[in-house]
Amino acid sequence: MTEGGQSAETRRSDGAAANSEIAAAFADGPAFVPYLAVGDPSYEASKAYVEALARGGADVIELGLPFSEPIAEGSTIQGAIVRALEGGMTPELFFEFVEAVDVDVPLVCMTYYNLIYQYSNDGDSEARRASGANGTAANTGPAAFVARAADAGISGLVVPDLPAEEADPLRAACDEHGLDLVFIVAPTTEGDRLESMMERVSGYVYVQARLGTTGAKSDVSDQTDRSLQRLSGWDVPKAVGFGISSGEQAERIVASGADGIIVGSALVDIVADGVDNDWSTAETATKLEAKASELADGANRGRPTPTTGEE
Amino acid sequence: MSTDHATDAADSHTQAADGKFGDYGGQYVPEALMPAIQELTDAYERYVVNNEDGFMDEFRQRLADFGGRPTPLQRADRLSERYDCELYLKREDLLHGGAHKLNNALGQVLLAKYMGKDRIIAETGAGQHGTATAMAAAHLDMPCTIYMGERDINRQRPNVFRMKLNGSDVKPVTAGRGTLKEAISETMRDWAASVETTHYVIGSIVGPHPFPVMVRDFHSVISEEIRTQTREQTGGLPDAVVACAGGGSNTMGAFAHFIDDDGAERSSAKNQSGDEPRGRVDLVAVEAGGSSLAVDEEEGVAPNSASLSTGDEGVLHGARTKLLQDSFGQIMESHSISSGLDYAGVGPELAHLVDEDRVTPVAVDDDAALEGFHRLSNTEGIIPALETAHAFGYLEEHADELSGTVVVNVSGRGDKDLQAAIEETEARDVPNAPDMSMFSGGI
Repeated sequence: MTEGGQSAETRRSDGAAANSEIAAAFADGPAFVPYLAVGDPSYEASKAYVEALARGGADVIELGLPFSEPIAEGSTIQGAIVRALEGGMTPELFFEFVEAVDVDVPLVCMTYYNLIYQYSNDGDSEARRASGANGTAANTGPAAFVARAADAGISGLVVPDLPAEEADPLRAACDEHGLDLVFIVAPTTEGDRLESMMERVSGYVYVQARLGTTGAKSDVSDQTDRSLQRLSGWDVPKAVGFGISSGEQAERIVASGADGIIVGSALVDIVADGVDNDWSTAETATKLEAKASELADGANRGRPTPTTGEE
Repeated sequence: MSTDHATDAADSHTQAADGKFGDYGGQYVPEALMPAIQELTDAYERYVVNNEDGFMDEFRQRLADFGGRPTPLQRADRLSERYDCELYLKREDLLHGGAHKLNNALGQVLLAKYMGKDRIIAETGAGQHGTATAMAAAHLDMPCTIYMGERDINRQRPNVFRMKLNGSDVKPVTAGRGTLKEAISETMRDWAASVETTHYVIGSIVGPHPFPVMVRDFHSVISEEIRTQTREQTGGLPDAVVACAGGGSNTMGAFAHFIDDDGAERSSAKNQSGDEPRGRVDLVAVEAGGSSLAVDEEEGVAPNSASLSTGDEGVLHGARTKLLQDSFGQIMESHSISSGLDYAGVGPELAHLVDEDRVTPVAVDDDAALEGFHRLSNTEGIIPALETAHAFGYLEEHADELSGTVVVNVSGRGDKDLQAAIEETEARDVPNAPDMSMFSGGI
């Protein structure tokens, strides 16, 4: 937890330690960070799936809170978000899910800024709408969402449509409630933008492996290597995501210097296959656990040994 | 919004150098797009604001030669009589392509060329922005891909064909209800992958900075001409300017040079409508009231597109603005009889001007819009776009508030909407519609 008025430098290093759970998850070897959309395709099923990921070796889990306009997502995760919204997922149910899910790893909430900005924990949405008729809704800004997230047990946030330039109110709320705020570094991020992000990031930095939207790819871009080089001076762990779908890719990325790998679409594909083929929840969970093990093992194989490590 | 440099309102813009209009605006986009948006901001300031390399001169010349500017300002004799005021029509329907959209599309495609980009992408709702972009891209020899909701493709087939005739690739978007909102999201996804070589020609005053100010500036030629033309024809400025508003590009184009004006040159000093004793030119933004201004939270549907009148502040497609959203912040599916107004958000500058009480938002429902469509068609011999028809629906419903000199922006012509107009007219009881019996078998 930081105090107001500290320099960005201090805040960042404190921020990295703000949530010791996330720091610990990366300190202990390469971290496997899987993503699933909560509520895909139902509350109960996704609870079983997230628990299966933990059994499969997840070190941190990114939980997607579905937003109706997910502009950073490719078709796979868009599909998951549509299924979750159709299944009735809401921010409040999401927090109940976080409280109920039986896993022993840090949980990071990935969502879009409007849901954070609109969240009001006064409970009664009808009352809120009535009091805020015709464009004067009593927006509280990001503080109410962050407070509720912290209370539910969320350790950090990733917000794909919130660049560092617009992030100060959320960064302040996260500092107040001891949450990490993860930023995404794109292949196009350079110079001042890198600096600005380095000042605000905590927990880990999400290294976007290639341009475009989320989605599993058979090759992993060599933009990854360049991105990791650009970030070599950063003291937060570097987790690479966008396109990773196999243990082999996980191994190669960790070997190039990543501190962790983030995998979403390759796991959501399994959930989608389960929906398409009417697999039981247990059957889909078993396949997810197996895929998680493959990815976690791959990441561990890529870990540089102390004598040959390139870093 | 700054007003301190408004010594000559005709040359002043409501600047927003940081992309903020009060609390609205900003740059809420994925990190991968930020460098491109900064590059675009730099290009906007150099070429558009400062006319570097004569960009604006070339733009104006091409708008004249290729687009046919200036468009006429025409006195509407019969409607003037009907509403007991001096009613003038700004004929943007006569711009090449049949709508105001070319002003922005030509400006942005030309800017992309100055920036050294080699590909254009765009979204389109009604197809007017798509056709304008396709025309501009063909004219300037740039490859172009247009994203369009599947539902809109079915509503606007002639426009889809026009885009293809001009050599553009049209990609259907099947997500959601398949309208403008989904098309914008999908175009942003393309841009996130292609940003290094591609310029996204956004079609309204929405999106992250600098799009809202840049699109406004390209369209502001409309209000610049209105000022000159009303001075020439009436000896002063209008008392009111009326324009339909979806995202708000024709609206801000028609309003831009009146925002900071003190109104001293208004044609009629006695026209002080309502209880606001301001002397400025009244600016009326007519939104799509759809079938109802109520919302269905359960279904996530707002059967209207009236985000200025009924929306809440939120963040969508790169900007903070007024939105149709549920109490959780999920974006609602909007509705309008006109696909060009069918959008859950609105330009951040327009949202701000409404909060500042400088622009008056009025919602006009589907029925009234259709009545306006028929009114302009059968009194003045001009068939308006269904979007534009909302402005004429406003005249019908608010006739007793009109006085002095009123300019209505005829933002587009209705050729693209004829099939929809047949179906909607048959389905409704429109008092001033022609006999529809010969169409009942379908044509």
